[in-house]
Amino acid sequence: IMCASAKYNARGPALIPRMKTKHRIYYITLFSIVLLGLIATGMFQFWPHSIESSNDWTVEKRSIHDVPVVKLPADSPIPERGDLSCRMHTCFDVYRCGFNPKNKIKVYIYSLKKFVDEYGTLVSNTISREYNELLTAISDSEFYTDDVSRACLFVPSIDVLNQNTLRIKETAQALAQLSRWDRGTNHLLFNMLPGGPPDYNTALDVPRDRALLAGGGFSTWTYRQGYDVSIPVYSPLSGEVDLPERGPGPRRYFILSSQMALHPEYRLELEALQAENGESVLILDKCTNLSDGVPADRKRCYKNQVFDYPQVLQESTFCVVLRGARLGQAVLSDVLQAGCVPVIIADSYILPFSEVLDWKRASVVIPEEKMPEMYSILQSIPQRQIEEMQRQARWFWEAYFRSMKAIALATLQIINDRIYPYAAISYEEWNDPPAVKWSSVSNPLFLPLIPPQSQGFTAVVLTYDRVESLFRVITEVSKVPSLSKLLVVWNNQNKNPPEDSLWPKIRVPLKVVRTAENKLSNRFFPYDEIETEAVLAIDDDIIMLTSDELQFGYEVWREFPDRLVGYPGRLHLWDHEMNKWKYESEWTNEVSMVLTGAAFYHKYFNYLYTYKMPGDIKNWVDAHMNCEDIAMNFLVANVTGKSVIKVTPRKKFKCPECTAIDGLSLDQTHMVERSECINKFASVFGTMPLKVVEHRADPVLYKDDFPEKLKSFPNIGSL
Amino acid sequence: MQTRKKYIFLTFLASWLLLFFFGGDQLRRFAFFSGRKVEARRSWPRWTDRTLLRSFADPEELQRDGDPALLSPRERRAAWLSVYKTSRCRMETCFDFSRCERHGFKVFTYPQERGQPVSETYSKILSSIERSRYHTPNPEEACLFILSIDTLDRDHLSAQYVRNVDEKIRGFPLWNGGRNHLIFNLYSGTWPGYTGELGFDIGQAILAKASFDTQSFRPGFDISIPLFSKDHPQRGGDRGWLYQDSVPPKKKYLLVFKGKRYLTGIGSGTRNALHHIHNGKDIISLTTCKHGKDWEKHKDTRCDKDNVDYERFDYQELLHNSTFCIVPRGRRLGSFRFLEALQAACIPVLLSDGWELPFSEAIDWGKAAVVGSERLLLQIPSAVRCIHPERVLAFQQQTQFLWDAYFSSVDKIVHTTLEIIKDRLSPPRSRSRLLWNALPGGLLVLPDFSTHLGDFPFYYLQHGYSPSKKFTALIRVVSQAGSLSQPILRLIQAVSGSQYCAQIVVLWSCEKPPPPSGKWPQSAVPLTIIQGRRKLSDRFFPFEAIQTDAVLSLDEDTSLSTSEVDFAFSVWRSFPERIVGFPTQSHFWDPEQGRWGYTSKWTNELSIVLTAAAFYHRYYHSLFTEYLPAGLRELVDGLAACEDILMNVLVAAVTKLPPIKVTQRKQHKEGVAQPAECGDGAAGTPRPGQRSPPAPHSAPAKAKGTAGSRPFSRRQDCLNQLADWFGYMPLLSSQLRLDPVLYKDQVSVLRKKYPSLEKP
Repeated sequence: IMCASAKYNARGPALIPRMKTKHRIYYITLFSIVLLGLIATGMFQFWPHSIESSNDWTVEKRSIHDVPVVKLPADSPIPERGDLSCRMHTCFDVYRCGFNPKNKIKVYIYSLKKFVDEYGTLVSNTISREYNELLTAISDSEFYTDDVSRACLFVPSIDVLNQNTLRIKETAQALAQLSRWDRGTNHLLFNMLPGGPPDYNTALDVPRDRALLAGGGFSTWTYRQGYDVSIPVYSPLSGEVDLPERGPGPRRYFILSSQMALHPEYRLELEALQAENGESVLILDKCTNLSDGVPADRKRCYKNQVFDYPQVLQESTFCVVLRGARLGQAVLSDVLQAGCVPVIIADSYILPFSEVLDWKRASVVIPEEKMPEMYSILQSIPQRQIEEMQRQARWFWEAYFRSMKAIALATLQIINDRIYPYAAISYEEWNDPPAVKWSSVSNPLFLPLIPPQSQGFTAVVLTYDRVESLFRVITEVSKVPSLSKLLVVWNNQNKNPPEDSLWPKIRVPLKVVRTAENKLSNRFFPYDEIETEAVLAIDDDIIMLTSDELQFGYEVWREFPDRLVGYPGRLHLWDHEMNKWKYESEWTNEVSMVLTGAAFYHKYFNYLYTYKMPGDIKNWVDAHMNCEDIAMNFLVANVTGKSVIKVTPRKKFKCPECTAIDGLSLDQTHMVERSECINKFASVFGTMPLKVVEHRADPVLYKDDFPEKLKSFPNIGSL
Repeated sequence: MQTRKKYIFLTFLASWLLLFFFGGDQLRRFAFFSGRKVEARRSWPRWTDRTLLRSFADPEELQRDGDPALLSPRERRAAWLSVYKTSRCRMETCFDFSRCERHGFKVFTYPQERGQPVSETYSKILSSIERSRYHTPNPEEACLFILSIDTLDRDHLSAQYVRNVDEKIRGFPLWNGGRNHLIFNLYSGTWPGYTGELGFDIGQAILAKASFDTQSFRPGFDISIPLFSKDHPQRGGDRGWLYQDSVPPKKKYLLVFKGKRYLTGIGSGTRNALHHIHNGKDIISLTTCKHGKDWEKHKDTRCDKDNVDYERFDYQELLHNSTFCIVPRGRRLGSFRFLEALQAACIPVLLSDGWELPFSEAIDWGKAAVVGSERLLLQIPSAVRCIHPERVLAFQQQTQFLWDAYFSSVDKIVHTTLEIIKDRLSPPRSRSRLLWNALPGGLLVLPDFSTHLGDFPFYYLQHGYSPSKKFTALIRVVSQAGSLSQPILRLIQAVSGSQYCAQIVVLWSCEKPPPPSGKWPQSAVPLTIIQGRRKLSDRFFPFEAIQTDAVLSLDEDTSLSTSEVDFAFSVWRSFPERIVGFPTQSHFWDPEQGRWGYTSKWTNELSIVLTAAAFYHRYYHSLFTEYLPAGLRELVDGLAACEDILMNVLVAAVTKLPPIKVTQRKQHKEGVAQPAECGDGAAGTPRPGQRSPPAPHSAPAKAKGTAGSRPFSRRQDCLNQLADWFGYMPLLSSQLRLDPVLYKDQVSVLRKKYPSLEKP
């Protein structure tokens, strides 16, 4: 079975076989001929027919009047009432869904029929605008299948959104005669207005046996947790009225109530609040003296003042959503759309999509008995949190309330996540508004672990042909107590590495990997040979670092295992004249990067660098043979949101007197190139992830007046 | 050789071309090409008259959802009380909220009755409650009641089964039909059905039970707890076993199971099938038939071979070396192996249909476990193979976080249960799911402090906030001098000179009244004086006056320069969840004495930052005062020695990270002359000289805080008592100090931002 997950190149670039050139040309020619043949065949096979069949692929264009009529005999079977004990493992047939690499359920929609009873009277309205939109959305989604035998979930086209528009017994009979009904197993019904007089049940009264119910107005007693889905009551105003998002912040009113036909008892309580707190509380009701032609549903009144609805909702910080005869109220959708924080007063109500949405971040739920304390409860919420709730409320509306499509897809996704829980959408994806997703980081190494010292680190030396210098580096690094393995990445394809006998004899294993191409990114490949978490990337000419300096670097890395820990630091600056980023290697008081000529980091970042580097950065770096270290700094800062740690005073890798030898012009081109890299990477990342700090890490007793022999790291080098 | 290949290829190519010219049309008619693709994909029709469709409800119906014939809200609530009882209990119908209003959330445990056997586990639960900050000995104050009768084991075949519970309960005057009671249970029912039967009527009590099934679980009312063994530690608890974050996971096995195979009875369906997925390579699934006395009666052909294989592997070894662990149902839905796998960072693959997962009201298990279906056992291997390695790493880390936050000790399990109930009392002041499922976990985040994420030190990065750019300096004054001393004047001068200082708060912990406002130095920032209660723990009281995220805690005789303050604050902004400060000390394990030692000598390590000069987040004041039980603060006040150690221990326990030391000039305390102690001294701090590191010129051996001097040994005692209370030693050591980037470098002083830090 194929996985959707990434495949690893288990051995790395070292082992890609190189064919002899002659053979290669031969094979390439053959391969291209075959490929051309295939393409030609494909074109021939499908070109003419794709024109023919394009008619088949378009959707039907018919009138609803032409829908076939089905007569229901009076004695046709009625399903059992809904079974309150149903759960996914008892009433749902998972075998229909199967294992598939995409982890998507398949949803089938029954074709539309008009049901009539024996006397030819319609059982219900054929289909409402909203239910048609919902089915269209499912049909256009990835979940849809037209093959009833492959379907996991069945959606009847019988519209039960509003219980008041249908005849209960006959609708149930219509459900029971569906071709795959089978006691309602794996059938999904959508209902927004359940119940009716006199008792207003909180779930659809139509007997439905084992069918799942996506209902708007469940109470904790009718909701089968983990089986049913609680959905919003759609407000058609969502589609009609365009309320532009209003920035969060204080509004004219603190609490607003906009519902009509409230129970007098609630209204009294609200009026008591108003009497106590004055003008910050606004309680609206229907308008009694509206001129003709003004739709009553778009106006609200307080005394003689007339307000536009739902626009008035944007004038208040909190908006009350009280239960009516039913628990679910369409006003919740209007309130969220207005970015007003809903104050939900409806005991036992199961909030929409509560299985996945964290309503505490977008609303305030107040028990009915606590209504008199509402004002003080709301006042105790910090302003910053209110602003976040306003943003969150609007986001919930945009993502899950604004259209029947949004409601349908969220419902299917919830059911999908139950069937493929290991591929489920996470809490963050459901709940975080785009602004939070954008500005936040989720550190992949989030657990605070201080890795055991005994693990040690693996030094990875990238080398081309400077064998002498390489051997010196190996000898020096091998003196570091915590070194556990040394890996030489031989990046020269034209020359073999020295024979085994010539290498320095060191106390830890030394491995040489040969690469297929001379690329800078080979230094950051997650070689299997790296068995420790800590990697020390080190160039083949870094011989000035002392053993104490390196060991201390490792100890610092252990305290900050999710950061880059390096020696010379560098800084990025905003150049106001040029209006772009500039690379700075002067000895400044701040750092935002460390050079990877010698740096400790977690092996995980090798994996990220190789497989998850955004955009074309990896190839760009390989092509320009520069800036792999800046790319690594960007990558780590972007994923962790944290700064680098510069250790010890070291400022330069080359000896100070060498600077004179480097031509000034050479130095300047270098700076220009590095600045270009920063600008390039910032544009690919879409942000500047680097963090600027003013500190570096030194041993606790560094430069303290204290006997050197008692210090753990007496030999810390200088600049 | 080469030519032959070429010819073969050419022939192949030629035949291909022939086929393509002449056979294409016929080929298309083969079933291979035809079939479904040629047929139309039937999607939902675009009705030509769809714009004419009516809405599902007219606006009137949607906006005016009332019915005057209905019961009034008050009548309805009253009616609910009589309808929704026992198995249909919800908080609003079976719980008396009014009991919790006056005294807040207080928990009362019934006194132990003589001759009443209580199992080891239940007495651990009771003592966890007594250790909780919610415990009250007074039933009048209580909001929640816990029985002294051991109700953990309700398997009537068990030796620990307590008889006649009904009768006993009815005798309790406080029982009140079970209202506001919490009942703990680990085992219910017995062979062969293992139902949820408890053998007594719990009435309207909340049930905290292991192996809860979703059907009898009353949502929002009951609490599912994990099954734990009688050896589960009371407090502290062992840490998780994940020491290494690696991608891809470096474990020998992918998926393991080792356990009993029930030959008959409930749960045997799943356990009988487990051997099918065993492949002997990366999936090890071993079952044994040996259990019960009469297993041989039911044994089948597999048993002998399976029993042999079973012995070849060690359970602990499998647990340590596997990425995923199958956690199937046993006779009951929950099993010990759930917590075992969680601790071992072996991602649990749950095969226990209908199990209400532990603390599911709070914990998002989708982040830490694979919730499989018993019916789809055979899909499990491919499903777990397909989980992306990055996700595996996230899963592993989450198991460790959850283990450590909620499960590693009886205290944590019980306290989590209590916090979940407390959160229900006032929904607006409760933890969002996010707080429960992100570090440091719900127990350490107090919704009474704030419900806004940005007010805590833990969520800056996850939510794109940053800590405030100003700090409040809190200076504790104990000296008795009639006028203000020179050191404190200088300190106020230095601190108020910092561009980041928002205000200075002086905590006046002295009997004498503070000097009138005219005597205080004029400074650029507002200065507030608070009268303290002369207790050491007072300095960490969450004073209203502190409004900035950062607090700079100071003693009156601390000597700091403005640069030092500025630099330390810039460091703190990078590490807002830690204590960042100047003088430090360290702890160590003394194997000879078998106890924790503590040293103020100069060492290469540090684990305690003195709060005489340290930055930390103001939330820690709330944690210190509200989260820690009063007993610990009394200990500190009684010893008059170690409020700063307690603060360090607390922060380390929360963050699991060491504090941070920053550069300080050589001396942080003024001279040796000590200001006169105010009052009788019982409440005073130990003398500063004994707590600071010795001046540089004195050799470490001559440090003033040598063993034997009273405050020093008191501090050491205190450290040991704290470790005992926490159940482990939370302090962690660091080997580094953060200095300015150019600190003591041989570059021009003019280049340096903090040159004064280098002056001797």
